Parts: sequence; structure tokens; C-alpha cells
Amino acid sequence: MRAPTGTTWREYLTAATPTSRRHATVQRVYLAWVPFSRNPTAIVGLVIVALVVAVAMFAPWLASHSPIAQDLSYRLAPSTAAHWLGTDELGRDIYSRLVWGTRTVLRVIFLVAVITGPIGLIVGAAAGYVGGWWDAALMRITDIFLAFPRLILALALTSALGPGIDNAIIAIGLTGWPPLARLARAETLTIRSSDFIAAARVVGASASRIVFRHVMPLCMPSLIVRLTLDMAGVILIAAGLGFLGLGAQPPQPEWGAMIASGRKFVFDQWWIAAYPGIAICILSLGFNLFGDGLRDALDPKAST
Amino acid sequence: MHGPPVKSRASVTAGTKRSRYGAFARKTVEVLGSVALTILGLLAVTFVIGRVVPIDPVLAVVGDNAPMAVYHKAREEMGLDRPLAVQFGRFVAKAVSGDFGVSVLTARPVIDDIKRVFPATIELATLATLIGIALGVPLGVLAAVRHHSWVDHVARIIGLVGHSVPVFWLGLMGLLIFYAKLGWVGGTGRQSVAFMDSVSPVTGMILIDCLLARDFESLLDAVRHIVLPATVLGYFSLAYICRMTRSFMIEQLGKEYVTAARIKGLSEWRVVMGHAFRNIAVPLVTVIALSYGYLLEGSVLTETVFAWPGLGSYLTDSLLRSDMNGVLGATILIGCIFIGLNLLSDLLYRVLDPRTR
Repeated sequence: MRAPTGTTWREYLTAATPTSRRHATVQRVYLAWVPFSRNPTAIVGLVIVALVVAVAMFAPWLASHSPIAQDLSYRLAPSTAAHWLGTDELGRDIYSRLVWGTRTVLRVIFLVAVITGPIGLIVGAAAGYVGGWWDAALMRITDIFLAFPRLILALALTSALGPGIDNAIIAIGLTGWPPLARLARAETLTIRSSDFIAAARVVGASASRIVFRHVMPLCMPSLIVRLTLDMAGVILIAAGLGFLGLGAQPPQPEWGAMIASGRKFVFDQWWIAAYPGIAICILSLGFNLFGDGLRDALDPKAST
Repeated sequence: MHGPPVKSRASVTAGTKRSRYGAFARKTVEVLGSVALTILGLLAVTFVIGRVVPIDPVLAVVGDNAPMAVYHKAREEMGLDRPLAVQFGRFVAKAVSGDFGVSVLTARPVIDDIKRVFPATIELATLATLIGIALGVPLGVLAAVRHHSWVDHVARIIGLVGHSVPVFWLGLMGLLIFYAKLGWVGGTGRQSVAFMDSVSPVTGMILIDCLLARDFESLLDAVRHIVLPATVLGYFSLAYICRMTRSFMIEQLGKEYVTAARIKGLSEWRVVMGHAFRNIAVPLVTVIALSYGYLLEGSVLTETVFAWPGLGSYLTDSLLRSDMNGVLGATILIGCIFIGLNLLSDLLYRVLDPRTR
């Protein structure tokens, strides 16, 4: 994409009246980016998340060994030139397992976001826009899900569905949408009473058109912020399920399960459990910082 | 919140008392109704979870090689041949009377198991909350008063780390450093082997039982065991309480009455503690009630790491052995406590804050 001829990028981005839909979208992204880029902790968060995504993409080239190749003659070794972070109880290279583990954790995050985001948005926007009996019923269901601590409900669901990474993703996704629905409903309530919705109704737009084309796009910024902040929690819950043996099954490299396998040896070979935990902390911290920065940039009134 | 309807002056003076009690009674009925509905929903969710289990509950009782006749008889006895609605009705009726079935793991009624393990969790979570309050509230106040100073940064970092560290990993690293390397604290479990069963359980909370028995050697041993898991768990409660205290205080300190108090020449201590802090006390109490609920969640993984024989360990043990009665019983109990704490925090808010009357 190029700036239109005769103008500089800066003029294009800060023009008072957008010339097209795309121009307006680009300008909005730019307006959010300016405060975000001036927030150092937000940039740190973004860099962490971007680095982990890059590691996941280039895992085959970055890993020094196969994540599942066992070398029983070289078990429980401390860090050496051959094995940078040592080896685990089956002689597998911990560094390589951490690198490949980024794919597992990012897959969990992505799929959970894909499950929780749309459910929360549709339930919340429908409840808020339609109101009345629908609203009462949908919010009652939301309250019921919020009555369980999230980890407990995810545990019970995974135990019912059976252990495994896909079931863990379903369980975490099914427990994650209620706060998002609450948020989308609150946003919808303020949006639905505005003049442009009344105008759309006068023109004859159907309820579904108004909800999907007018209400939902305006719910997106706060929803994205909330979803990003939520990802830090998702990482921790997924790791917790993995730790209990309900998430990823061996030999798949998953950070929580790696901590669980290192637990038996923690007093003598501490590195097996220590490094995956540090990896979890860093990625989770990255999402927290990134989300905080996004919130400050997109939704200044919500930050303290 | 809805404001009171506008009335003429005469009707306000005449009907204040009765309408207030009427409103209170209506509100109480409304709240109790919504709690009852939520608990019913909670039971419905657990019932559905119990139904989707791929394990056949009949086979679990009669064994894989049972003849068809025995299988069908057991199935009838368990009520599994009845319509789902009837089954759900029975499930609710049993759950309300405290019957969650028999644990496959311990071969005892689930409710008895829960009664046995629950005090250990209460003890751990209460101590953790006390740690969280004792450190979190002062730190939060200080961070708000010295906004943008190093104290504030420390408080922010504690909060961020509290949101980013897996609790089970923190527990493992704590055991590695403070037990294995430094030897400052006891290891896993509630007591050392030498002190096992040294005091008879009265309340089930080991610290209190030791005090009641005046067995101070056992008490010291129990303290050495509880201090690390309580601190690990308390850290998360600290992070939450500190963050909320800080943001409540920052809001209050920006208000005009604080400026007025300063202009009057009051000492900074009186301004902060006598004026601003008094106004955050009510929301703070509700935050602490909620943080207690989150600790129940954190205690599941913490208890697993520390082999702490509480509700969390019971839940994970039942999970790993596919003992659905135990899992659902513990889940329902934790859900009910969560609802109870939410109700309590709501109630405290109403009772303590004169503006809500």
C-alpha cells in the first residue's frame, strides 16, 4: 500500500476528513498506535509476544535437538555446550522442548480466543440489544458460569471430556466467555441508545443487521483489550491443567507438563522444573504488559 | 443502581418507614431467589458434566465382566434407566440433602470425605488471606500516597508478577529454596512423620488443635509446615488486595474533601488514615471477601504441590482416578462457597455503607 500521490504518509494519517473507509480504518489504528508506542512497558510486552511467535514459527531451525528424541545414556544432565539448558529424565533436550513448547501454548491461546471471543460477543450483544426476557435469561446463564472459579470448572470439564490438549482447550474456552459477555452487554447498552442506532432503525435496518454491523464493531476495542489480558490467565490455566496431567499428553512438549515431570527431581535436578516455569512467566507477563498498553491506548477511561 | 422514585413530600414522611421495610423485604426475596436460581444452575452444570463422562458409571460399580442381568439390575438401582428430567430431580434432591454419592476412591460417602479434608483448606486459605491483608493493605496505601515513587513501582511489579506466575511453580521453587537448600521450613504435608497423629483432631485445623492440646512442639512443627504454602498462596491474595487498595486510595486522594482536610492543616497521617482510608474500608472488605474465593481456586494447585490434605488435593486425586462423585461433590461445594462469599460481600456492602440504605 502507498500513500496517495501528492501527500506524505503523515498528512495521509492525520488528515481531518478521511477519504475512504480504508483511510478511516488506517487512521484509527494510527491514533491508537501513537500513545501505545510511547508506553515503554507496552512495547516490552509487544516485543515479548512477537518474539515468542517468531520462536514458534522458526522452531525447527532454532531447536538444537528433536523435542521428543530420548537419549537414556544422557539423562538428567545439567546445562552443557551440547544441551544448553540440560536434559530431562528421558534425556530429552530441555531447550528444544521449550522452543517447540511455544507452538503448543500459542495454539492453546489462539483456539481459546477463537472460542471465547465470538461466544462472548454474540451472547453479550444479543442480550444487551434485545433486552427484556432474553437479557434476563442470558445474563442468568452467565452468572451461573461465573459462580464457579474458572480453574475448578475447567478441571471438572476436562475430567469429564477426558485428558488431552484439545479437551483442555474446549474446557478453557467454555469457561472463558462469561466475563466477555458481560463486557459486550455493557458496551451494547450504551451504544444502543445512541442516535446513529436510532437513525439506522428509522432507515429500516433489521435487528440482526444493527447488531452485527453497527453494535459489534464498536464493542471490539474493549473486547480485544479484555481478550489480550485474559490470555495471561489462559496460559496459567493451561499450564495448571498440563501440570495435573489433564492437558497435553506425553511426549508432546508442553510447559506445564514439563514442570510436572521435573517435580520428582526438583531437589537435585532443579533445572527441569525451573526453566519451563520461567518461560510461562515471561510469556504471561508479555501478554499482561501488552494488554495493559492496549487498554491505555484504546480505552483511556478504564485505566488508573 | 436505581434511584428512589420521586414522591411528593407528604407521602414521603407518611410512608418512609413502611416502604423502607417493604423495599428491604422485596430486595431480600429477590436476592435469595437469584441465589437459589444460581445454585440450581450450578447443579445443572455439574449434572451435565457428570452425564458426558465417557466412563459408564454402571460398569465402574459392577465391573467389566458382569453378566447382563446384573448390569441391568445395577442400572435400575442407580436410576439410570429413568428419563433425564427425573434423574436431574433426584440429583438435586440428593445434593440439597448433602448426598453426593459414594467415593470410588475411598469407598466412603463423598460428604464425609469433604468434611474431613475441608478444615485443612480453611486453615491454609485463612492464613494466606491474613498474610495478604497484613502486607497488601499497607503496601497499597503507601503506593497510593507516594504515587509514581519507587514504592508505587514495587507495588505494581508485585501485582504484575502475581498475574504472571503459575502458583504451582512458585510453590515448587519455594520448596527447592527454603526447604531443600536453606532448611528454614518443613517439607510437604501438614506435619513431619515424627509428629503424625500427635494431637487428636478436634477442629481439624492443626494449629488450633495443637494449641488446644497445649502441645507446643507439635505446634512449632505444624507452623514450619504451613508457613510456606500459606505464603505462596498469600502472595496472590497480597497482589490482588494491594492493587485494589492502591486504586481505591488514588481515587479518594484526588477528591476535594482530601484537599479541604489538607488546607485545614491536618497532619498527613490524619488525612490519609482518618479521612481517605475510612472511605475505602467498605469496598476493601468486599474485595477481601472475594479474594478468599479466589484462594480456593489457587489452593487446588498449591495443595497438590505441597501434598496438603485439603479439598484441593481431594479434588485432584479424584480427578486423576476418574472418581466423578468426588469431583462433582468438591466442585459443587467450591461453587456454593463462591456464591456464598459473593452474597456475603454484597451484604457487607449494604450493611456497612450507609448510602446503600
